[in-house]
Amino acid sequence: MSNLALIATLLLIMALAYHLGLTRSRAVAAEHDVRMHSRPGYYGALVALWCGLPALTLFLLWSFLAPQLIDMLVTQQLPIDLVAGMSDRELATFLRRVTALANERSVSGGGTPEELAAAAHMARLQTFENLSLVALMAVCAVTGLVFARRNISPQWRARNQVERVITIALAASSAVAIFTTVGIVLSMLGEALKFFSFISPAEFFLGTTWNPRFSTSGTDAQGEFGLLPLLWGTMMVSAIALLIAIPVGLMTAIYMAEYAPSWLRNVAKPIIEILAGIPTIVYGFFALIVIGPFLSSVGDLVGINIRTTSALTAGLVMGIMIIPFVSSLSDDIITQVPKSLRDGALGLGATKSETIRQVVLPAALPGIVGAFLLAASRAIGETMIVVLAAGNNPVLHANPFEAISTITVTIVNQLTGDMDFASPQSLVAFALGLTLFVITLGLNVIALVIVRKYRQQYE
Amino acid sequence: MNTSAKTNMPSSMVSVGGGESRTSKATNNVKMRAKDVKVFYGDTQAINGIDIDIYENEVLAFIGPSGCGKSTFLRCLNRMNDTIDICRVEGEITLDQKDIYAPDRDVVLLRAQVGIVFQKPNPFPKSIYENIAYGPRLHGLAKRKAELDDIVESSLRRAGLWEEVKDRLDQPGTGLSGGQQQRLCIARTIAVSPDIILMDEPCSALDPIATGKVEQLIDELSESYTIVMVTHNMQQAARVADRTAFFHMGDLIEVDSTDTIFTNPQNQRTHDYITGRYG
Repeated sequence: MSNLALIATLLLIMALAYHLGLTRSRAVAAEHDVRMHSRPGYYGALVALWCGLPALTLFLLWSFLAPQLIDMLVTQQLPIDLVAGMSDRELATFLRRVTALANERSVSGGGTPEELAAAAHMARLQTFENLSLVALMAVCAVTGLVFARRNISPQWRARNQVERVITIALAASSAVAIFTTVGIVLSMLGEALKFFSFISPAEFFLGTTWNPRFSTSGTDAQGEFGLLPLLWGTMMVSAIALLIAIPVGLMTAIYMAEYAPSWLRNVAKPIIEILAGIPTIVYGFFALIVIGPFLSSVGDLVGINIRTTSALTAGLVMGIMIIPFVSSLSDDIITQVPKSLRDGALGLGATKSETIRQVVLPAALPGIVGAFLLAASRAIGETMIVVLAAGNNPVLHANPFEAISTITVTIVNQLTGDMDFASPQSLVAFALGLTLFVITLGLNVIALVIVRKYRQQYE
Repeated sequence: MNTSAKTNMPSSMVSVGGGESRTSKATNNVKMRAKDVKVFYGDTQAINGIDIDIYENEVLAFIGPSGCGKSTFLRCLNRMNDTIDICRVEGEITLDQKDIYAPDRDVVLLRAQVGIVFQKPNPFPKSIYENIAYGPRLHGLAKRKAELDDIVESSLRRAGLWEEVKDRLDQPGTGLSGGQQQRLCIARTIAVSPDIILMDEPCSALDPIATGKVEQLIDELSESYTIVMVTHNMQQAARVADRTAFFHMGDLIEVDSTDTIFTNPQNQRTHDYITGRYG
């Protein structure tokens, strides 16, 4: 029985269990002529849960453990000299091929006699495993159903128990996101530590040269992994982007929140927010094809040598990209400043722009700073625009008209093409990723703290 | 309710609010005059044509049930309704015989002359000192720091707040108690030396003790300012106002000396309201 069919059947049985619980609770109520603690639907739901949850838990545990058990049994069955002649890695490959054969998928080379014999053994084991799973789940489901149905009585607090299950289910869903985050961080940390066994942290964080050579040139030629040129490039592009996005975004927000007539706001706000929905790769080739050549020709006019792909090109386009972040976050925050403060200033004879500059903006400042920091972390993590438009030139220099490279671009470079995850050339990506993560996390935390503090002020 | 209003009335009030005599004496002292003022919110008419004179140095109270238009009318007097997009004002309001809605009228100067204190204390998120100094700075009232310091001190003194805050002028105004915040807002209004102070239910967010202090302050301020206040609390009107105007459903039903309004109203609706039959 395939797993999909198994789950479908279980759901059907649960539906049946719901119905049985529902009718049973009505019958009990009628029989004893009393008011049940909960409404019939809750008894139905509880019986369904008793029927489904244990069986489902069993299924999950089984799917996780059974393949490992089978692998172990198959390995034990293999000729001793065959196993002794294999490294762990070879054994894993061998088992993978056997599993494929047992599930009637073809493998390259068609399989050796030993593999075919093991596959036949594995297929037998799998059939047995599958049948016993079906049987056990059936027992579980029916036991749960019967037990819960017999338990139905006017005193049984079905509603409270269902509510508890719902709470647990909701908490489990939130846990998924949290555990994923923790898992990603831990795996990055693990790989980064491996990298630091090749290159010392001091060399990585303080090195001023980025020249990681190719892993094929041998372990002796490890190259230099200095973070600073990349960090500098990231900071330069982000700074240019923020120089564009902060003034434009903030002024947009002020206009939208304070001056624009409502019809204009209704039309313009969604259009501005669409800017945030354009894929960054599109911004990237827009930068490469339109902005780069344009800046370059402007540079020619005024006598500055501006490269087509440069920190300026990437920063400018990235700035345009994050305008909507700044403007729509600041807009929300400016709108939240209570009208009474505006009235207070206007009532003293302040003009509209005086009110905004001297009362509204200072009151909204913490929140606006939070918006800036969120925009900054967005800029630092941005990848595609810089990949296409920054020129990929990891050299430490201060000229925004020259090509640069950033942390994100370098991660892309190190992880595309042939990879060997045992070499520092690939592993460095994790150290870079971790650095990036720590920077943006720090900015986000500061931003959230500031925004929250501000919210409390007026709620 | 009527009885309590009368017993709460200070005896001085009765002599000041000598109804007829004051009205006839003050004709050449009309500070503000409203003629057939109508206010619309979009298509809804909130005020149906109000005529009223406001005399120099009087305390005039607007009373009436919720939604009767008293706050709306008050906010017409320094054009605070301009900040509401859909609000439209018709008719004529003059201040010292000059139309305040005239096209060439500078609303900024008008509001410096006709200050307003709101229902909920709304100190700026700045220091106490900066809260007071804000208005004088806007209008360039002080040339030197010392002058500004003087204005801040005298405004706080007149608002009866100086002794409480003189040692912490650099602390945020939002950290004061509700009653102190409201007196700070009054001090802030006084600091730009207006002729008229509008008060929109200035005590409705305050506890009885803070209310008492603000009422006492209004009494003191009436010596040098014209005060127009909206209140929900009829005893308050009886305690502090020289004259009281009763609003109902966007109409000005009756305006007379506070004494007359509370003891011998001419209109049946006024009578019903102050005796607590509705509202």
